Amino acid sequence: MELARAHVLVCGGTGCTSSGSEKIINALEASLKEKNLENEIKVVRTGCFGLCALGPIMIVYPEGVFYSMVTPEDIPEIVEEHFLKGRVVKRLVYKETLTEDEGVKSLNEVDFYKNQMRIALRNCGVINPEDIEEYIAYDGYKALGKVLTEMKPQEVIDEIKKSGLRGRGGAGFSTGMKWQFTADAPGEQKFVACNADEGDPGAFMDRSVLEGDPHSLIEAMAIAAYAVGADRGFVYIRAEYPIAVKRLNIAIEQAREYGLLGKNIFGTDFSFDMELRLGAGAFVCGEETALMTSIEGHRGEPRPRPPFPAVKGLWQKPTLLNNVETYANITAIINNGADWFNTIGTEKSKGTKVFAVGGKINNTGLVEVPMGTTLREVVYDIGGGIPNGKQFKAAQTGGPSGGCIPAHLIDTPIDYDNLTAIGSMMGSGGLIVMDEDTCMVDIAKFFLEFTVDESCGKCTPCRVGTKRLLEILNKITEGKGTLEDIDKLEELCYAIKDSAFCGLGQTAPNPILSTLKYFRDEYIAHVVDKKCPAGVCKALVSYKIDPEKCKGCSLCARNCPVGAISGKIKEPYVIDTDKCIKCGVCESACKFKAISK
Amino acid sequence: MSEKATPAFVMTKEQEEKVQQVIAKYKDTDGALIPVLHEVQEIIGYLPLEVQKVISEGIGVPVSEIYGVVTFYTQFSINPKGKYKIGVCLGTACYVKGSGDILEKIKQIIGIDVGECTADGKFSLEATRCIGACGLAPVFTVNDDVYGRLVVDDVEGILAKYMD
Repeated sequence: MELARAHVLVCGGTGCTSSGSEKIINALEASLKEKNLENEIKVVRTGCFGLCALGPIMIVYPEGVFYSMVTPEDIPEIVEEHFLKGRVVKRLVYKETLTEDEGVKSLNEVDFYKNQMRIALRNCGVINPEDIEEYIAYDGYKALGKVLTEMKPQEVIDEIKKSGLRGRGGAGFSTGMKWQFTADAPGEQKFVACNADEGDPGAFMDRSVLEGDPHSLIEAMAIAAYAVGADRGFVYIRAEYPIAVKRLNIAIEQAREYGLLGKNIFGTDFSFDMELRLGAGAFVCGEETALMTSIEGHRGEPRPRPPFPAVKGLWQKPTLLNNVETYANITAIINNGADWFNTIGTEKSKGTKVFAVGGKINNTGLVEVPMGTTLREVVYDIGGGIPNGKQFKAAQTGGPSGGCIPAHLIDTPIDYDNLTAIGSMMGSGGLIVMDEDTCMVDIAKFFLEFTVDESCGKCTPCRVGTKRLLEILNKITEGKGTLEDIDKLEELCYAIKDSAFCGLGQTAPNPILSTLKYFRDEYIAHVVDKKCPAGVCKALVSYKIDPEKCKGCSLCARNCPVGAISGKIKEPYVIDTDKCIKCGVCESACKFKAISK
Repeated sequence: MSEKATPAFVMTKEQEEKVQQVIAKYKDTDGALIPVLHEVQEIIGYLPLEVQKVISEGIGVPVSEIYGVVTFYTQFSINPKGKYKIGVCLGTACYVKGSGDILEKIKQIIGIDVGECTADGKFSLEATRCIGACGLAPVFTVNDDVYGRLVVDDVEGILAKYMD
């Protein structure tokens, strides 16, 4: 292997690729060649670093210099100054890594990373995901070797049980128990499957594992297959994730070449191979039985449980189904032992959880923290707080199945049971931060629009019920709601929860119930005062001009598309609210901030 | 079925050959239908009924079932798509950061609604699920190009690049 003087790691995750990291890599390679440095400086395309908001990101080793928001135009300067002359280009260094005495500190000392603990994401942004050798160099396939040559299947299951690992896909069921049920189910042919159909809008941790560390999934699925007695695996992956699909395919090919998939792995009797199945954009396919129906080639409608997939899953055979992040923990548990894993987290939620932190927060990106970390630590210490000096209002977890955590509960330690107790849920780990400008009724409506769209139509409570919920929410946000509507909304929520067929329908009312629980006053403001406190619901907003601030420049009147603003030059203007269509053009046009909602 | 009398879709010889290759590749796979639909849509751009019939004969699944599957999943389309496929992300992170307003602006500029295609076949518009670029929210895509960290005023300039 050639030795390079420096390694440049450029993030090739979806976030950074979207902000142009491919162009950076091309420019970098061209520029290095021009200076005859291509053999001295090695460019590595890695998976996600987590700090997506700062993309495109690159990090230079051995120094560990972290450049953020790099453009192709910056590359010649970096090559000339840093690689040729050894001078860090401070202008482009992430400012949090600059020390007071003008030095540069390691990324791990930055607030964003300092408070994190990376188990599932351990290799993301560290290795080249398209090179199996790099994975192996980081103890890759060591756990599989250990399991196949030193452990009996039941010992593997016992170890996972002992670790206390719970499913990271949402419900938090004991992973070890699931493995046990599948292992105990009678049948010659068994399957293992992976749910990589990350449907929760705003969650992308599974994608980052697939893109940044695909071999960890392959290795864990092989271990699971050995433990439960399966020889075939399926990964059900979103078609919306082309980079993840490509890298996983490359990884599977490489694993086959190295004999880590296929017949007689590690010279034992164990044989296992796996394949990808692309999802086709249906949220309900995140539900385990719907996912299996989809892999079988049908409309992804759920099936009754029991029988559970562990007994009758894919093609009616016992099937073990775990989510990507769950699998990503397996090799770490085998390598370090269940006792190690047990020391991390809270009493009933062991290990770490990855959150995709987004919305109104400074450091959007992926964050992995021990269970029991408080929301405040995630939002303020790691996330860097709320932009533009706004107030934290709530965080939404669990996506369309989850609920809100209001400001007064910000010190709740995050784990499965605490979140459920306050009316939200862990879900897959999307964590959307909302500030004072977010209307909670509008957010509930947003999630209901989603579930109405994604309801598969099989059962009436979900198909018709969610639609009725949305209609009531529309009525409220249009200013036509009554107090009785709020009661009706609540009653219907409980009826749907009790009667819907699958998890999608049963949890669909959660966004409404949790906003009603913590932000009922906002609902009441919409129906009684006919006002949207956050100024989001268009029908309830009225624009007005502050005569104190208005200079009478007429800019607003000239920009108004319906001629609703009138007045005399140098005197305060007024808005005719009957004509106003509430488009907001005047507000953004005004240079004196005289117009407000 | 459509009430308008649209001319039947006919595959070119090249398309027909490629479609048959896909069918041959998956014929004996368990649950072949969805992978076949993905690859055929890649070849033709969408999945008109005429093509569904060819697939039906090829893999032995009734057209009724194929139609059911095609209309169930949002990735599959029975209508042609524009030369430039615009997708506005309405995932939660993007929505909270104002992607609804971005979508309205795009609709206003190109004059079509979600799920439609302009008369000249140039643009089609979709409201997509989370594309996972939440760090750049709000985002929209035009074919494979991703535009992020947007404000409403950016939209016009970006679309102008595709107007030519």
